[in-house]
Amino acid sequence: MTDVPILSVKDLQKSFGAVTAAKDINVDIPAGQVVGVIGANGAGKTTFVNMVTGYLKPSGGTIRFRGRDITGIAPRLAVHQGLTRSFQVSQVFMTLSVRQNLLSALALARRKGGALLRPIAGPELLAECDAIMARYGLTDVAEHEASALSQGSRKLLDIAMAVVSGPRMLLLDEPTSGVAAEEKFAIMDTVMSALKASGTTVLFIEHDMEIVERYVDRVLAFFSGEVICDAPPARALIDPKVRELVIGDTRAPTAPTAATGQAEAAYA
Amino acid sequence: MLHAILSDKTVRLTALALLALAAAGLMLPAWVVNNMMFGLARGAAVLGLLVLWRTGLMSFGHGLYFGLGAYAVALSEHWLGLSDFALRILAAILVAVVAGFALGFILRRYRDIFFAMLSLAFSMVLYGILVKTEALGSTDGFSVSQTTFLGWAPEGKQVLFTAIITVCLALAVLVQMYLRSTLGRLTTAIRDNEIRVEYLGYSVARAIHIKYVISAALAGGAGGMMAMALGQVDPDSMVYWTVSGELVFITIMAGPGSVLAPFIGAIIFEFLRTYAFEIAPHAWQLIVGGTLLLIIFFLPGGIWSLLERIPFFRRLRHD
Amino acid sequence: MQLLFTILLDGLVYASYLFIVAAGLTIIFGVMKILNVAHGGFYAWGAYTAAYFIGAASEMGLPDWFAFLIIAGSALAVGIVLGLLIERIVLRRLYDHEEILIVLATFGVFLILEDLILLIFGVNPYFAYQPMVALGSVEMGGIFRDVYSLTLFGVALSVAAGSWWMLTRTRWGKLITAVIHDREMALIVGINVRRLFVVTFCAGAVLGALGGAYIAPTVSVAPGFAVDVIVLSFAVVVIGGMGSIPGALIGALLVGLLRALAVHKLPELELFVIFLVMSAVLIVRPEGLFAPAKARKI
Repeated sequence: MTDVPILSVKDLQKSFGAVTAAKDINVDIPAGQVVGVIGANGAGKTTFVNMVTGYLKPSGGTIRFRGRDITGIAPRLAVHQGLTRSFQVSQVFMTLSVRQNLLSALALARRKGGALLRPIAGPELLAECDAIMARYGLTDVAEHEASALSQGSRKLLDIAMAVVSGPRMLLLDEPTSGVAAEEKFAIMDTVMSALKASGTTVLFIEHDMEIVERYVDRVLAFFSGEVICDAPPARALIDPKVRELVIGDTRAPTAPTAATGQAEAAYA
Repeated sequence: MLHAILSDKTVRLTALALLALAAAGLMLPAWVVNNMMFGLARGAAVLGLLVLWRTGLMSFGHGLYFGLGAYAVALSEHWLGLSDFALRILAAILVAVVAGFALGFILRRYRDIFFAMLSLAFSMVLYGILVKTEALGSTDGFSVSQTTFLGWAPEGKQVLFTAIITVCLALAVLVQMYLRSTLGRLTTAIRDNEIRVEYLGYSVARAIHIKYVISAALAGGAGGMMAMALGQVDPDSMVYWTVSGELVFITIMAGPGSVLAPFIGAIIFEFLRTYAFEIAPHAWQLIVGGTLLLIIFFLPGGIWSLLERIPFFRRLRHD
Repeated sequence: MQLLFTILLDGLVYASYLFIVAAGLTIIFGVMKILNVAHGGFYAWGAYTAAYFIGAASEMGLPDWFAFLIIAGSALAVGIVLGLLIERIVLRRLYDHEEILIVLATFGVFLILEDLILLIFGVNPYFAYQPMVALGSVEMGGIFRDVYSLTLFGVALSVAAGSWWMLTRTRWGKLITAVIHDREMALIVGINVRRLFVVTFCAGAVLGALGGAYIAPTVSVAPGFAVDVIVLSFAVVVIGGMGSIPGALIGALLVGLLRALAVHKLPELELFVIFLVMSAVLIVRPEGLFAPAKARKI
């Protein structure tokens, strides 16, 4: 770890009309760290990820990545800087096979010069694609259409496509949501070991405290747009405020509560 | 590159089909040759819509570029005295490309119905301008004189027919090469999930802009050919929304499966119309509407998907 | 001054029936996400049915006020019958298709409805001036205007008030608002979306037919006369924001007044101006001026 943080967020603000989704968020993340973000639905976790990766423009504050100001830049430019993400609802090409999905991702990541004008394929690209599928346990479903995959496999594909560009930092939005309980640890093991090998900095949103406890170096607990606790998991998970405002809530059904759900929806 | 082109089965088939058509043109009666020329010209514009349609975009206003191409031919003769085939085609494509490039900056931000409707609005703005401007021929338009080839003014329509076939072949080959390229292959990816493409570091807006300019160029060239084949341009037959509507109809009827499909679809359309007006003059819209519904319900891949039931055509898909 | 007043009056009359037609279009779009090109068919069928029966009633010597019953009856009958048929035969198969394909299917239906009119009512125009003649005309600020056209304001205002009341004060209206906002969530919480679709489509179709039926006495009802109106009401809906009733009202006023202004001052710019405004609105506000809020997607 170096002293200069890879990601540095200062006074980050976001409001949708009257609803505040982010209030003075200040976070520095050193390179190589694994950070877990917890919080109830509507606490502003996804909004935070959306702002950092350029999907939403913040109402105020700055985001610096590897020393450069990336506040409000387009997602693709953030990707060019080495910052990318996965999605709570897997964003894959539903009508393409797993292999075609990854080949498309690879072709875009490796494009330079007139590469886009030549047909896809080429032996190196195919070999790389095979290697990725093996690493993420997707070899058996290589020819399946993405729409036919299990939730777990689709999540893995989603993450694998994000990783193809070789990011310095990866933000995972609920990598295990919607995945069967017995699959959760298998997925996290696969993903985290692959990312550890490449030294990627990881931030992931997670509702399952067992997973948080097992994989992260540091916990950020969100409550109504604010970071209410920033500590190692051993300390964060027993913090009374976190227990009351975050973990207490996670036992409630996962559907958004009427108030936050509507407010979020109405202004998004 | 040349090898890649010549080894492409779709390219070979297209070349063969069009060469056969050119040879047949020497024997066919004039009205058939005329219909074929109209069909080929319209087919080139439909090819442009196919490029968009593969990404899930449909323009309800491609009459804009069709008309610009046609008027480029008419006005370059009216103002500059141009009558050469190659120059006319170039003028038509050039005007459409410039307009498509400019409007593309706006349209690339839109999808679905908004893309379709804004395209329609732009085409109707051009229609409004043409209809009301005396200098641009108003509602009567212009007549287009006989096309010459490097100064040679051949008898009959056979030479023009062959020239149009050549242009269509070239356009089809270029589009086929584009669709096979990485950029072209991204069409499905973009239709499936733009957010993902963005997060793979590529600008969806740029990809769509490129497609839009390509499709404008094709529609422009098509309009130019139509002007030469018809010998006449006017707002109603080149720009009005019904012109765009016909192009959309042929795109759906032909199916997006192959670069050959638009030409087959457009030629069928011309003959269907000719016969329909003879047999049931008041039922043309009924036929078009009914066909549209039947294709959408039962044959989503269009006529081309019928051909693909034959193994020979099916193999082209995996090229 | 008089010219200004004429333009204002013409514009308001035109805006009134554009609004009636566009309200139907925008309700259907808001709830079902369908840009219903067949709306022009409802309009034309409403006009033909009303014109035909007004003529028949007049020949039978029925009193003139009967025409208003015929107009209302034609709108209801045409809207409900065509609405049910088209929803069942065409739309129901396509709900899970791409929006654009559904638009094309409704375009197919529009073409079929147009030709069916030709086959059933023939190519000669129909006239049904009786109600307009019966109501006479009044002088307002030095210009004469037929009373019938002025009653259009009343109809348009009732449609606006009625749909506002429906959407905000009734159970159905609240369900509709929920579906407009987030169709998937509405399905999940158990709203019978299918039934809502049928009702919405028929209600929208009735409004489309009402526009046609009400305009019938003031024009010659001839083949192809629907095209202009449908294209303009699309512009109205796009300008106002697809799915928004207040948007349709503002859009109709804007297009109606602009058109009247163009017709009187710069007749050569009529269509051009409206499409120019539509393009401008779309460029500045892609969703239209009053687009309803949408649920977030990722």
